Amino acid sequence: MSWQRFLRRARWDRERRDEIDSYVQIETDANIARGMPPEVARHAARKKFGNPTLIREEIYGMNTIGVLDTLSRNVRYALRALRHNPTFTAVALLTLAIGIGANTAVFSVVNSVLLKPLPYPQPEQLVSLRQTAPGAGGLATITDGLPLSASMYFTYHDQNRTFQSLGAWSPSTASVTGSAEPEEVRTVLITDGMLQALGVAPALGRWLGAADQKPGGPQTVMLAYGYWQRRFGGSTSVVGQTIRVDSRSREIVGVMPRGFRLVNTDADLILPFAFDRAKLILPGFFLQGIGRLRPGATIAQANADLARLLPVWMDSWPFDGNPRLYETWRITPALLPLKQEAVGNVSDVLWVVMGTIGIVMLIACANVANLLLVRADARQQELAVRAALGAGWGRIVRELLLESLLLALIGGALGVILAREGLRLLVSIGPANLPRLSEISLDARALAFTFVLSLISGLLFGLIPALKYAGPRIALTLRSAGRNASSSRERHRTRNLLVIAQVAMALVLLVSAGLMIRTFQALRTVEPGFTHAEQLQTVRVSIPYQLIPEPERVPRTQNDILDKLNAIPGVISAACVSEMPMEDGETDWDVVVEEGKTIRPGELPPLRTFKYVSPGYFHTAGTRMIAGRDYNWTDLYDRRPVTIVSENLARELWGSPSAALGKRFRAYRPETPLREVIGVVQDVRDKGIQEPAPSIVYWPILMQNLYLAGQPRIQSSVVFAIRSDRAGSEAFLNQIQQAVWSANSNLAVASVRTMQEVYDKSLARTSFTLVMLGIAGAMALVLGIIGIYGVLSYAVSQRRREIGIRLALGAQPGELKRMFVRHGLSLAGIGVAIGLAAAAGLTRLMSSLLFGIKPLDPLTYAVGALLLGIAAVLASYLPARRASAVDPVEALRAE
Amino acid sequence: MPSRKSPLQSEMVQGTLDMLILQTLVLGPAHGHTIAHAIERGSEEVLQIEHGSLYPALHRVEEQGWIASFWGTSENNRKAKYYRLTPAGRKQLIAQTTRWDQVVRAIGRILKPASE
Repeated sequence: MSWQRFLRRARWDRERRDEIDSYVQIETDANIARGMPPEVARHAARKKFGNPTLIREEIYGMNTIGVLDTLSRNVRYALRALRHNPTFTAVALLTLAIGIGANTAVFSVVNSVLLKPLPYPQPEQLVSLRQTAPGAGGLATITDGLPLSASMYFTYHDQNRTFQSLGAWSPSTASVTGSAEPEEVRTVLITDGMLQALGVAPALGRWLGAADQKPGGPQTVMLAYGYWQRRFGGSTSVVGQTIRVDSRSREIVGVMPRGFRLVNTDADLILPFAFDRAKLILPGFFLQGIGRLRPGATIAQANADLARLLPVWMDSWPFDGNPRLYETWRITPALLPLKQEAVGNVSDVLWVVMGTIGIVMLIACANVANLLLVRADARQQELAVRAALGAGWGRIVRELLLESLLLALIGGALGVILAREGLRLLVSIGPANLPRLSEISLDARALAFTFVLSLISGLLFGLIPALKYAGPRIALTLRSAGRNASSSRERHRTRNLLVIAQVAMALVLLVSAGLMIRTFQALRTVEPGFTHAEQLQTVRVSIPYQLIPEPERVPRTQNDILDKLNAIPGVISAACVSEMPMEDGETDWDVVVEEGKTIRPGELPPLRTFKYVSPGYFHTAGTRMIAGRDYNWTDLYDRRPVTIVSENLARELWGSPSAALGKRFRAYRPETPLREVIGVVQDVRDKGIQEPAPSIVYWPILMQNLYLAGQPRIQSSVVFAIRSDRAGSEAFLNQIQQAVWSANSNLAVASVRTMQEVYDKSLARTSFTLVMLGIAGAMALVLGIIGIYGVLSYAVSQRRREIGIRLALGAQPGELKRMFVRHGLSLAGIGVAIGLAAAAGLTRLMSSLLFGIKPLDPLTYAVGALLLGIAAVLASYLPARRASAVDPVEALRAE
Repeated sequence: MPSRKSPLQSEMVQGTLDMLILQTLVLGPAHGHTIAHAIERGSEEVLQIEHGSLYPALHRVEEQGWIASFWGTSENNRKAKYYRLTPAGRKQLIAQTTRWDQVVRAIGRILKPASE
């Protein structure tokens, strides 16, 4: 049997009809020639031929594929049945479209972020060179572990036995000058081995390699695709040209292709590090390492390999402190598949969201199953008649199932449209810490997921009514002729069970959403350590060494810029700092030693975060002075040995903020001068709202060097914080730009944002989860209400006769109303009880997302249960009122 | 689907009707009407058939590639679909008639062994 024939069977049929006509004509002609009158002749011809329809059917049957034909007929029948009942169809389709759409959208995100491999060749070989250092006190708060130092990179790179290639990188910024306006661009600095490990071939030219990182070697740079398009219009002759990066000419040696990213970092330029091996020492931990394992090498082998190299590293490089210091840190390689590094902690969120959306789908299925039950009830007559006419019950089951599958598939198709729009919205909002956002799309795998989900849900909600109604008992129904006043208990049991399941699942979602709301509230009440974030405009300005080589002039220039900024109308105050709170990037940290104490060999005091501030920074940021005073410019220009510390550090070392004033400490090396504490400031949630506030030492942006006696210490890259009601406006930013340029026209302004954006970003994970769970919870609640309402109003309509009799016998309408409400409430009550138990078990899975609250928060559970209870009363009251309004005479006569 | 056998089919083995059609077309192309009458006349009216039941057989034989069809005009200027024998059909006819003769002879021997 060929497909071609099957598809052309209609055409064949037409041709046969013509041929049959032709036969009849010719035979008629022959009959007339034999002398018959025309009418008789035609009749005789027809008789001679036989039944043309039968003949055509026979030929048609030879051409067709039986199963397909039956299927298409059944599909048409099912579509007609659905069209007949537009309200039912619309409600069911809407429910399904929303349920499937939400699932498709979330699955697409999960698929793109968690399941799809990273966009590098053989990504499974790539690992992130993470290390833990449990012995390094204060570092414990640095959740990303210990980065590599440059010397460590060389040891690992040169002597490992388990990697094909291994490199390290660090994000940075640079200013590109030479064109019209100086531009601050995002850069990544990389070592040899980095691009080789990732293995993405350049679009033009060549990779940066070993030759590029020789100090004093060729000055080279690679462009990222976007920057190449933007600055050079995608010109292929760009290789070999030079650009000025941080006031230094660099030759462009290559362009990376579109979509290339270093893990999650987009950059404009890729620059080579140029470490001087002769001058490297052990520390300086700031590099993120990535390696490509040799084929067959495991992460465990690579961990062992690097662990073997750590003592080698400690012996190979100089360090002016205790050379065995790092043994106490207990540095341990803890390599991580690169994908896990790229995805980070977002996988918890996504799986929780996927789970909740899956529950919503189950609730939606329960609802549709309920609708189908009601509908099947109404169609009992029709089904019974068909069974009586000889349709086997297997066939009726098939047809009912086909109908629900059709519903599910159409719902799925609509869902895909919804999901596509939803994803477009999601990508345009761009939740700040959703990694791999640009890779999110509805791909074949997501579509396959949707298809399978539709099929399964169609079977799920279709089987329940199909098996209930198409069973062998079907013929009995005909006899009762619609007078099924005492509708079977069993049928109600199914429907009741569905409602109980719905309520239970809805409660789980409500409780989860409630926990997120409470988490969000708890986070909002945390004092971040700055105030009125929406008024705080921040911009980063870096002063390249080549531009201002004399160290003393750098703080003068910064002071200059601050004066200009303060002169802008509407500016309340302005100051600068090395990094704003919650800013990405590496912060300085080190040990401090109180006066009169020494560090015993092998002992490692906790590490403190170091920040560098200008006078007025605390006032501008809104960080409260708890004791003492702020810096003034005289402190800076005279390089007085003074310092300001955070409250928790003051309490830890000296017991109280006021006791800290006048106390002295110094940085690690014994010969450096002691610094006197002149102020104590409020703790700041520097690593994000959810992380505890680190202990911080705030140094001035100009002072005596902490490590090299007699040298000044400056901070050439600072963030200017400007407090003004005009923060964020275009005109204001222009004025800031002008102010910076009027101090030095070669300076570029980068990382423009308000503190509000930074604050929101630190809450992004929580708010994203909250929004998703909120939507899921609301959907569950609505579907649950519809479920209860549907079941009760159906029960009322089925029991009209009984109600009529009761009323006729003198039952009070109020009593009847209560009876139905009680029915609804008892269903909801059982559902709530099951739901509470399920929630207690399931919410534990989301404990990593919670803050300041336990997964078993009683208030949340109580409110969730109460909310569902109220919803149940409302959903039961309406049908109950209808029951009490039944006119007994009408109800009894209707039969 | 009701599956009533047409008289021709119920009285004859399917392959036999195919063979008759092929045999009729040895003399040259013909349309359905001609074929039907030729079979009826050739059998000296023994095979009384509804002519319509010929058409499924024509369809089947054409599907096998033993005959080919084209639209033409009949003797009295009616549009008609003509069938002609293809080389494959000719081969098939020889094979079938040979086989038929063997079967007939075999059956004949069984039915009248004495007369041999």
